[in-house]
Amino acid sequence: MLEFSLDARRGSFHLEVECAFASDWTVVFGPSGSGKSTLLRLLAGLDFSGPGHPTCGRIALDKRALTDTETGLHLAPGRRHTALVAQQPALFPHLSVAANVAYGLPFLDRMERIEVIESALELVGAKGLSSRRPQDLSGGEAQRVALARALAPAPRLLLLDEPFSALDGRASDALLERLQLWLRENHVQAVMATHDATDALATSAEVLLLREGRQAALGPAAEVLAAERERIALRLKNS
Amino acid sequence: MNEMDWQAFALSLRLATVTTAILLVIAVPLAALLALGRGRWLAALEALATLPMVLPPTVLGFFLLVLLGPRTAVGRGISALLGHPLAFSFSGLVVGSVIYSLPFALQPLVAGFSSVDSALVDAARLLGAGPVRLVTSILLPLARRSLLAAVVLSFLHTIGEFGVVLMLGGDIPGSTRTLSIVLYNQVENFDYAAANRTAAILLGMSVLALALIYSKTQRRGSAREQP
Repeated sequence: MLEFSLDARRGSFHLEVECAFASDWTVVFGPSGSGKSTLLRLLAGLDFSGPGHPTCGRIALDKRALTDTETGLHLAPGRRHTALVAQQPALFPHLSVAANVAYGLPFLDRMERIEVIESALELVGAKGLSSRRPQDLSGGEAQRVALARALAPAPRLLLLDEPFSALDGRASDALLERLQLWLRENHVQAVMATHDATDALATSAEVLLLREGRQAALGPAAEVLAAERERIALRLKNS
Repeated sequence: MNEMDWQAFALSLRLATVTTAILLVIAVPLAALLALGRGRWLAALEALATLPMVLPPTVLGFFLLVLLGPRTAVGRGISALLGHPLAFSFSGLVVGSVIYSLPFALQPLVAGFSSVDSALVDAARLLGAGPVRLVTSILLPLARRSLLAAVVLSFLHTIGEFGVVLMLGGDIPGSTRTLSIVLYNQVENFDYAAANRTAAILLGMSVLALALIYSKTQRRGSAREQP
């Protein structure tokens, strides 16, 4: 279970959220600028401190504190068993796809590493890409590889910030279905940020509705996004 | 060139090589700290490291001469440790050259590391990269042209330095007499033919090195560090 209480200021923007995600798949839904990406980056341990980034609060995963500003605890991003896949794949341009996926596996021996790389690439439907360079990939392929790279070290928390924006609807749905199955089998909790209501409604997820940095609602998608669902249905009817 | 000039040439090359190697060990982590670190004290640190670029070389040489001489506790401590004073020795020249050329190694590296996409740095950190791995596996490969510029500029700047060398090292053949000092001596003795040859060597090295930097940076059309 992921629990957090955060108070962060970024210039004139103020994020103030206190939540506990009990579900293994939670969607953070809100319009652009509502604080979804800021929240996910904070959960990942990024941008927590520094000039112009005053942040305080607590983040705990399965009762284990990852950050607690009161006690001065803040585990480095790579020590939180947390992966973040953003809209921009951020693949290392000087490394092959296989080397990108292997980056988070420095302590495995060669055979184990190859096995993990192959199964991660297979899971995301990018098996034939291992020797390619990031600059030779399409946007959708790069997003698949970024997801494989994030999953390879077996995180306990997966944060997805609109990670399938370059995939078409059918490919995105198929990947989402495979991913959810894998996450359930491996007991990985996932949080996905999106501003697309259809993404949020496509899964039987718990939804956190964010508005201007504040929690507007938290609950089942059908309840929290009832108004959005009606809006989409009306649009389809009128089209 | 006579034997003494070759000796000065070899000494200049040795000084530039040792200085460049030491500078890389210092400048790479310092540049990573300045490019990725946060905190107001970093601006003060960068200003301090850049100071030798604007300080007259003779002033820097004079400060180092006093600091490393027998009048200060630092100078006496080093003398006791090494068995000889650092001033007027090759080791002293290395210390002076490292300080004098530090900005020329640091600035290209800071610019190169800062131009690496922060999303790549975040991705590496999320995948468990510590500071050393981040620098060696991400920053240096992506800023390799900045690294080349840092190496070449540090090397050439050390080869051509004069004020610090003269102040701190004097003019001891085989120990502190570099090619720039030889050129100065040749001009002072009105031996313009020899001075022309020495100046041509220094000019040729500079042109060659700059051509190397620009050929590497323009090879791929644009001078971007990464796509």
